[in-house]
Amino acid sequence: MEKKFKVEVDCANCAAKMEEAARRVKGVEDVTISFMAQKMMLKAEEPQFDKVLKDVVKVCKKVDGDFEICL
Amino acid sequence: MTKKQKKVLFRILFSAALTVLIHFIPVAGIGKFLLYLLPYLIIGYDVLRKAALGVIHGEVFDENFLMAIATVGAMGLGLFGNDSYAEGVEVMLFYQIGELFQSYAVGKSRSSIATLMDIRPDYANLELDGEITKVSPDTVMPDAIILVRPGERVPLDGVILEGSSTLNTSALTGESLPREVCAGDDIISGCVNLSGLLKVRVTKPFAQSTVTKILDLVENSSMKKAKAENFITKFARYYTPAVCIGAALLAFLPPLFVGNWLEWISRALTFLVISCPCALVISIPLSFFGGIGGASRAGILVKGGNYLEALADTKTMVFDKTGTLTEGVFSVSALYPSDGFAKKELLETAALAESFSNHPISKSLRDALKDAPDTDRVSDVKEIAGNGVTALVDGRRAAVGNARLMERLGVSFLPCTDAGTVVYVAIEQQFAGSILISDRVKKTAPQAIRELQAQGVRTVMLTGDSKKAADAAAKELGIREVHSNLLPADKVAQVEQLLCAKPPRSRLAFVGDGINDAPVLSRADIGIAMGAMGSDAAIEAADIVLMDDDPSRISLAIQISRKCLRIVRQNIVFSLSVKALCLILGALGVTGMQAAIFADVGVMVLAVLNASRTLRAARS
Repeated sequence: MEKKFKVEVDCANCAAKMEEAARRVKGVEDVTISFMAQKMMLKAEEPQFDKVLKDVVKVCKKVDGDFEICL
Repeated sequence: MTKKQKKVLFRILFSAALTVLIHFIPVAGIGKFLLYLLPYLIIGYDVLRKAALGVIHGEVFDENFLMAIATVGAMGLGLFGNDSYAEGVEVMLFYQIGELFQSYAVGKSRSSIATLMDIRPDYANLELDGEITKVSPDTVMPDAIILVRPGERVPLDGVILEGSSTLNTSALTGESLPREVCAGDDIISGCVNLSGLLKVRVTKPFAQSTVTKILDLVENSSMKKAKAENFITKFARYYTPAVCIGAALLAFLPPLFVGNWLEWISRALTFLVISCPCALVISIPLSFFGGIGGASRAGILVKGGNYLEALADTKTMVFDKTGTLTEGVFSVSALYPSDGFAKKELLETAALAESFSNHPISKSLRDALKDAPDTDRVSDVKEIAGNGVTALVDGRRAAVGNARLMERLGVSFLPCTDAGTVVYVAIEQQFAGSILISDRVKKTAPQAIRELQAQGVRTVMLTGDSKKAADAAAKELGIREVHSNLLPADKVAQVEQLLCAKPPRSRLAFVGDGINDAPVLSRADIGIAMGAMGSDAAIEAADIVLMDDDPSRISLAIQISRKCLRIVRQNIVFSLSVKALCLILGALGVTGMQAAIFADVGVMVLAVLNASRTLRAARS
């Protein structure tokens, strides 16, 4: 399943780092975080999607505390 | 400015004023340190907090950490009599100014792209049981009836039931000439109704309408990153740690031999200040974002930065003929009356004789005649299958058909050798002339091909048509390389051959109408579909979508992409060389920390300003 979210990322470098970190989260098939569009695309298996999303958000917040996501 | 930005601006102004004030207060030693600590904390508390959190989370080499180390170092060195308190505050100030400018510039280009793509309709006037209500477009179902008043945006795709008007399609196609529509025509969401009231039957739900498709496409384009963007991410991953290690070496290695620890540590801190690759990291995505946004304004939808990048390297452009370079509809292109007959008489006779036929050729004859033919003037129509028709037109026996018909009737005629379908006309057994019906080359196509060739792009035309028709079109267009008589599968094979033959590191693009060339579109490095207004298949299959069917947009697209890539390269070279210069001067002790951060922020500002030029690329 692929879903897009509106996110708030403050700097381009953070977005790149978050993307890299999120890519390593277990269960993530594909993820892109666009600083310019302020959007995140997450692809993961349907049954565990919510859990994966939660982990991804956690990882992103770790990179930059100002990360916000509109669910 | 957002609230967040205003707050930062206030902090900058306040602590700057405070620093200037402290400068004139005659205190020394620990008192001075404490005084300077005040503006320092005001301007830098969030950076320090983030740096601390970063360390806790194991994110060591982030910019906050580096700024924190550099400025804390400067403040600390001050305690050892280096008098670098002001330096620490100033560095933090410049850093924040740079960040503020960056977030302002990015917000600005975000919103300018948002206004460029402001085609989302706010409401629809739904007609139900004679009453009209304003509703949100996404609640309107297909087959509902809506009204579009002059000045309103067409909210949903549909068919016009009543009324006629002119539509402004410029937000979708970049074409400024209004389009005339009347009852029976298809109408596309996103256009603006200029003059008349239109009654429209909705054909698609909002989620599948043209407007939604275009907005989705543009919004998602930044998800597909260009190679240059990925390069920067990778570069940043190595650059920052490398500079940090360099700083550590600079701080501890030379003083072992020459002493003077304070001086070398301060030089190392200068290194740390320059270690953030901010200018690159922000300006490259911004350039692509602007380029894609500017292109969409011109009716060129690019599905990702990677495609924009590839388009700039395109050296081979392969065209499908019918519908791409030609109109794709048959029309009368020449009239050759024989002696004693007028052009009008020839065309009129042919159109009248064919007036009861539904054949595409009869239709194009009728279209060439300005007024609808008066069928009362025609009688005794006989259709001769595979040959043509004979009829009494104005009391005279007319025969209209192909060469076989003329032979059959024993009329001596002058064969026409032009490419296309030829209709011969005889009146009372006498040859009246011939009419050439062919697919016309689009008006803008020869110009488009010339522009591409001037841009150094090799142009090739593929077609399923006969050699004669293909060569004639190619000659008019100025294309030298033509492959004719191709079946759809042959087109793929032909493109594969061209892919092998293209110059190294260049790209091949295929331009088609997106209807039956999906396999070729996906086989080429870049698939460009044109005339996509209303065609879902084209939007799906292609990497770049031209909203209208004007081939001259292709050279514009290449121009935009090349300008965008040029700006990207300028920024890479410029920011890297300034960084390198600062690193060298910093290591030699020529420049201090202020100069370093000033250069760093300056480069970032210039790079961002340069990047925002891509937004305007389409307008030149």
